[in-house]
Amino acid sequence: MAAVQWRSSGRSYDAELQRCRPEFAPVDFGDYHPLKAITVTDTKTRRGAPETPAITHSASTGDLGRKKKEKEEEAVGADFEPWSLRRGEILARFTTTEKLSINLFMGSDRGKAPSPGSSAVSEKVRTRLEELDDLEEDYANRIEELNQSLKEAWSSDQKVKALKIVIQCSKLLSDTSVIQFYPSKFVLITDILDTFGRLVFDRIWTMCSDPRTLPESFTVDDVNDTAKETCLNWFFKIASIRELLPRLYVEAAILKCNRFLNKSGIQETLPRLTAMIRGIGDPLVAAYARAYLCRVGMEVAPQLKDSLNRNFFDLLGSFRQISSESVQNQLVLQRVEVPEYLTLYSPAINWILQCIAYRAPEPLLMEMMERCKKLGNNALLLNSVMRAFSAEFVAARATDFIGMIKDCDEAGFPKHLLFGSLGRSVACADPPESERLTILNEAWKVVTKVRSPQDYINCAEIWVEFTCRHFAKREVNTVLADIIKHMTPDRAFEDAYPQLQSVIRKILTYFRDFSVLFSMERFLPFLDMFQKDSVRVEVCRSIMEVFIKNQVDPTRDPVILNAMLHICKTIALTLEDEKRSLSLLIIGFIRMVSFGRDFEQQLSFCVEARASFCNLESVLVQLIHTVNTLAMETSSVMRGNHSRKTAAFVRACAAYSFITVPSLSSIFSRLSLYLLSGQVALANQCLSQADAFLKAAVSLLPDVPRSISVEGKLRSSESFLLDFINNFLSTLLVVPDHPEHGVLYLVRGLLNMVQDYSWEESSDAKVRVYISALPLLAAMSQESYLYSIPKVDSNETLYGGDPKFLSEINKLCETLIGQILDQLKTLGRDEQSARRQASMAFSLFGVLLAHGDLRNNKLSQLFVRTLDFLKLQSQQADMSHLSETVQRLALQTRT
Amino acid sequence: MSVTLDIRLKRANKVYHEGEVVAGVILLVCKEPLQHHGISLNLEGLVNLQLSSKSVGVFEAFYNSVKPIQLISSNIETYHGVFVNIQYTLRCDMKRSLLAKDLSRSCEFIVHSQPQKAKVVPTPVNFTITPDTLQNSRERSALPKFLVRGKLDATNCVISQPLTGELVVENSDVPIKSIELQLVRVETCGCAEGYARDATEIQNIQIAEGDVCHGLPIPIYMVFPRLFICPTLETTNFKVEFEVNVVMVLHDDHLITENFPLKLCRV
Repeated sequence: MAAVQWRSSGRSYDAELQRCRPEFAPVDFGDYHPLKAITVTDTKTRRGAPETPAITHSASTGDLGRKKKEKEEEAVGADFEPWSLRRGEILARFTTTEKLSINLFMGSDRGKAPSPGSSAVSEKVRTRLEELDDLEEDYANRIEELNQSLKEAWSSDQKVKALKIVIQCSKLLSDTSVIQFYPSKFVLITDILDTFGRLVFDRIWTMCSDPRTLPESFTVDDVNDTAKETCLNWFFKIASIRELLPRLYVEAAILKCNRFLNKSGIQETLPRLTAMIRGIGDPLVAAYARAYLCRVGMEVAPQLKDSLNRNFFDLLGSFRQISSESVQNQLVLQRVEVPEYLTLYSPAINWILQCIAYRAPEPLLMEMMERCKKLGNNALLLNSVMRAFSAEFVAARATDFIGMIKDCDEAGFPKHLLFGSLGRSVACADPPESERLTILNEAWKVVTKVRSPQDYINCAEIWVEFTCRHFAKREVNTVLADIIKHMTPDRAFEDAYPQLQSVIRKILTYFRDFSVLFSMERFLPFLDMFQKDSVRVEVCRSIMEVFIKNQVDPTRDPVILNAMLHICKTIALTLEDEKRSLSLLIIGFIRMVSFGRDFEQQLSFCVEARASFCNLESVLVQLIHTVNTLAMETSSVMRGNHSRKTAAFVRACAAYSFITVPSLSSIFSRLSLYLLSGQVALANQCLSQADAFLKAAVSLLPDVPRSISVEGKLRSSESFLLDFINNFLSTLLVVPDHPEHGVLYLVRGLLNMVQDYSWEESSDAKVRVYISALPLLAAMSQESYLYSIPKVDSNETLYGGDPKFLSEINKLCETLIGQILDQLKTLGRDEQSARRQASMAFSLFGVLLAHGDLRNNKLSQLFVRTLDFLKLQSQQADMSHLSETVQRLALQTRT
Repeated sequence: MSVTLDIRLKRANKVYHEGEVVAGVILLVCKEPLQHHGISLNLEGLVNLQLSSKSVGVFEAFYNSVKPIQLISSNIETYHGVFVNIQYTLRCDMKRSLLAKDLSRSCEFIVHSQPQKAKVVPTPVNFTITPDTLQNSRERSALPKFLVRGKLDATNCVISQPLTGELVVENSDVPIKSIELQLVRVETCGCAEGYARDATEIQNIQIAEGDVCHGLPIPIYMVFPRLFICPTLETTNFKVEFEVNVVMVLHDDHLITENFPLKLCRV
């Protein structure tokens, strides 16, 4: 085998390049061209007949649907905040740890399956105990159970039982024990009523839907007698319900069914039910009954505004009930303070006012406001007015409202809630410009006096938005200082993270200029209040996200850099999980830092950053890239001619990378960064640095493990390694030999490493490297190289085509070919590896053809032998794909 | 072999007036051919009188006055009461051979009397309830002070329309627990020899719950139930009359009742 002699074929790269250039072929307009824009001309003539009836039908229903929608929108549009949104809010806010009881006199559900042995008394006791054990969550579950049994009763045609369930449920609403929970109870029970209303309506609807479905906009005339009779029966049954509250609620629940009976039913029922509520003595129960009626009214007949107003006026009319003796006694008994009691009304009154205020003319709103003003203890109403009326309305009269709030009784409805509501309005609508500062001052005067930190922060958080929206950093800074002052004692901030986070969010929304943001003195101290790791990281993350999104130009502002670095460090220190996403944020920040032409400053920033983020690998990688970029920028500024100073600087850059790379744990990051940094050093004429990088890379090779983890999965590292080596080889073409080491020192070093590397038993990787080294060596033996680096003399100049150099190369090639042929032979011994053998032979064949000088006799013999071997192989069954290629090749080589 | 016989009336609400035709179909469902000896249809109007247990002793003397009375013309409305029942039934009989059982099915339908010709002019009734206006109160002095004013829009009521009015609690020393409307039937059975008169509750509707707001009018509103009500009726053998009680329960469980006789009619 040693008989093989290598001669590289001579190449003229310029001429080859010329040949490779595509030919230009002028294309006339209208000629076929693959990239021409496609125009489609429809040649099909439209048929004269109308389109299929199915299409017209669907088109018309679509139209109808749209019309219907538009019609609905006339009364209630998307701008009406639906009940479903309020629901969750109420359930979350009005909770209790007190025990609740559901007294169901029907009892059949619960007491139905007593064990035969147990006496009646013990059964009774058991139920009692169960009642006592009903905590809030169970209560909700219990009500859900009732909801289910309602549906079951209904579907099993037990309509009377269904009605009984609904009556029992509504009865629960007259019970005001555990009064703090009442709003939530209302929500839960009205859910059931809604279900019931729907069931009844749908039932009667389907009775009319035979043979064809009743249109959405049906009238009484479309309803058949049976359906009417059934509907009438429901109303008679409900009218005879003994107790007031169930009779009211259940009739309200099926209000919509009036449409089956007569045109004016709803219009007549609403005022009657409204008046009926006057019979409810407990003001809280009455207020919620009104809220329900308004809700149903808005759903079924939103155009009937009068009933809504009537409800509100009645509410005002019986407002004094709130301070009545029986209410006071109840509060004492349940140990509930008046301010807390008053807040229980808010959801109901807010809702009623929201319905009234919806698209209402301003004079009406003014009238409502005036009426509220006249009443004593009107803070509760005032609050609801501010919550329910449009923000624009409230904001325009903000000064008036502040006056009214001031006039309110101290002992009543909590003032911070009033200011909170006002704050919410002025935050989304702008009060007159001249009044803004006064408003802020007046509001903050009250807010700052709120004693409970929780109440304080709830209110302050709202006003931050107004401050950010209309004022500059000075005012916001003052506000932040005040918040810090209130929340620091007793570590009150620990209970207020959500609100504090919201403050940050609001500030970030309005202050997009980070130089202004960070020049706010109290901003960083404010961040210091986030002492819980997870919250702190979240806050820092949000700041960084906003920064990366909004910072368009790179910056060198020391204020920003210091603050951001501080924030990044905070993140880097605290967190183990989510490292990846946080690293990305830090990287984003690093990329936004630019000191312009002050490269040294930039480098020292990188040094500092490295110290801070040494535990975040991807950040280090980014830093190395940044420094490499820095070196290249320097080079481009100097147009490739380094001065003494810049030369020293790029060497410093190289040193930075050289020191940093070893601290990375991923071996392939290290390898590729060594190579990259080596290339950069080479480009900056730092030969010895480049040498050091490449040497380091080579000496790292034996450490590459056979398998590495890629995205959590263990994979063989072989393909990565081969990629890297090929990349490395192509760089070696331009690396000049070191004067103190022998010829082709790095190539030999690399090949030695490859030989010694513990490749996988069954792999041909080693030989593949050898095969790919041949083109490199062939390229090295050319008179002028394919590429070179400006101002760096490659071996081509160093040796100038010295025959000794060339024969060194040839010897090396011969050794490699010898190795390759050995391997081919080894593979030939085993039937199993025929495929591998063929594929390798084919690669060799390709290299020989492209890079070997086949005029050389021995080489040409080898070539012919390889070819023959391939022919032989291709005759085997599973190699047929090769046969055609080989035949062609044979033809070509013979001609 | 299962056979079912059913009467289906054309009117969904089964309400008919004097002179009208009761129309419908007889539905006979059987799987196999069925032999029969004819199907007959019977209509019956019947007044059933019952004696309350407390009156039984007194009435043994004129026992015959309480046997069911066949109605010849349908000028009396359907009415389901406690001691008086007026019922119209349609019965369908199918005669069959000796071995098979005869089939029979009956179905009640409702008769409403012809509207009266004279117009009903509502006459509002105002009332005031204070401890002083109460009759048969033995402990008037022990009663807490209260003043309730009210108004019934009419006591001569049209059955198909609700009883309406309003009521204002002007003041009350003791909180109110509940205010209710109690609809009462007064049934009288008997003849010249003597009679039994019994008042029983038809329904009770709460119109106020808890300590209601003073000075604010509370609506009085009650829908008359179907079947259990008919126009006020007076015959030689029995009478059916109606009354409404406004019942006020105070927190100390004092019960105050104000009674209003009603005259019901159909227009």
